[in-house]
Amino acid sequence: MMLIPCPHCGPRAQAEFVYERTLDSVVALDAGADDAMNSLFTRTNPRGVDEELWRHTYGCRAWMAVRRHRVTHEIESVQPVGPEALP
Amino acid sequence: MGRYSAFSLLRGAFNGQSHWQPAWRDPEPKKTYDIIVIGGGGHGLATAYYLATVHGLRNVAVLEKGYIGGGNTGRNTTLVRSNYRLKPLHDFFEFGLKMWEHLSDELNYNVMFSPRGAMFLGHSDSDMIRLAERGDAMRCSGIDAELLTRDQVAKIEPLLDMSRDARFPIVGGLTQRRGGTARHDAVAWGYARGADRQGVDIIQKCQVTGFIRQGDAVIGVETTRGPIGAGRVGICVAGHSGHVAAMAGLKLPIESQTLQALVTEGVKPMVQSVVMSQSLHCYISQSDKGGIVMGGDPDNWPSYAQRGNPMITEGAIAQAIALIPALSRLRMLRTWSGVTDMSFDGSPIIGKTPVPNLFLNGGWCYGGFKGTPASGYTFAHTLAEGEPHPLNAPFDLDRFRRGDTIDENGVGPMPNHR
Repeated sequence: MMLIPCPHCGPRAQAEFVYERTLDSVVALDAGADDAMNSLFTRTNPRGVDEELWRHTYGCRAWMAVRRHRVTHEIESVQPVGPEALP
Repeated sequence: MGRYSAFSLLRGAFNGQSHWQPAWRDPEPKKTYDIIVIGGGGHGLATAYYLATVHGLRNVAVLEKGYIGGGNTGRNTTLVRSNYRLKPLHDFFEFGLKMWEHLSDELNYNVMFSPRGAMFLGHSDSDMIRLAERGDAMRCSGIDAELLTRDQVAKIEPLLDMSRDARFPIVGGLTQRRGGTARHDAVAWGYARGADRQGVDIIQKCQVTGFIRQGDAVIGVETTRGPIGAGRVGICVAGHSGHVAAMAGLKLPIESQTLQALVTEGVKPMVQSVVMSQSLHCYISQSDKGGIVMGGDPDNWPSYAQRGNPMITEGAIAQAIALIPALSRLRMLRTWSGVTDMSFDGSPIIGKTPVPNLFLNGGWCYGGFKGTPASGYTFAHTLAEGEPHPLNAPFDLDRFRRGDTIDENGVGPMPNHR
């Protein structure tokens, strides 16, 4: 179980959050077929830090970008996201 | 090492059992091999075994970073079945189930395959329609499937809560009587011994740290025990396919997640078959030693930690107790967690990669153990011939680009969002 610092609500139990997908897997609206396929289906899947989109489902319901280590589960940073933050 | 038999056991009785030898050698790596299989789990060892026995290739090595069978082979819930709805899946797993049925004989090693029946529970009319569709699809391909009434389910598993006000009412089920369980460690050890006897080098404590390239092609691997040349290399490290493939510059349609299971103290027989509920995502079986083995959801977020999240264990236990209330009286012995490749259509990936001489076997999601013999057999064919076997041809890496995914659960690119 992780303690995730929501940028809007402060530190909350991970049980309140849902993992959505990696930040780089958001398909741009003007993406071509190959780019869309790569965004949807391929992942770096590192044994280290990756940037992920999480949602505070049982809190403020906001989306956020989380930099998290996938072995230690250490959270390096949490940023609010809006349309301007996405590719 | 001779064959195991009643006679060898009896002979040992007269010489103080001093004739036992290690079941496989501990060789130094050679400079070069025809084929290197990365990963000494059940799938990797089975691949090496069939490379030697079916294709006559003896200059083969299995490289394992830890000890063989120490990854997901030793961390699963040992279920064996072939009750899938989509044709590529049930063709593949049914081929495997037929191999399971004679695996102990073939390996001269008791894998304790126990066809006690694999039963899905139906909790509603819509569940029963879904199960009937699945059973029909199986029967049309000659695979055994039997739709069960509520009374038939109760007769097979008398301890299920069949009351009308049960938390999860049971209205019927679908069983595959030829399904069941097997002894997970024995599968790895049996294949290791069989492969070793054919001359395959099983090299433990040898971690692959990179690929040796000539132009685009892979011509060997860098390891913690030095560089080793290879004609062809197969990645067979499910759970860790992502970062091994990344060493060759590949991005895969896979995210790694932890999947947990638990076992209780041993008790007398109380669960006869394998009880599964796909509406709840809970599965319960009893090991031959008496422990009740159960599991549930994955953690639902990427992790390589090989440790789980108590919340998920609690959820699985709550579901199991709701189905079989008597389980609440048992003490939990241990829990464990494995790192699984979650592929983006829920089906494995076995075949060629865009890198010449490099082949991939991964993406097993929840169901790698049952696939061990078929996976080894078809991956050995792919490595030996350079082309997939008809059974694993649909499971190639390119299917995502073609839009030809094999999506049993219909969850698209997010297998964790059921």
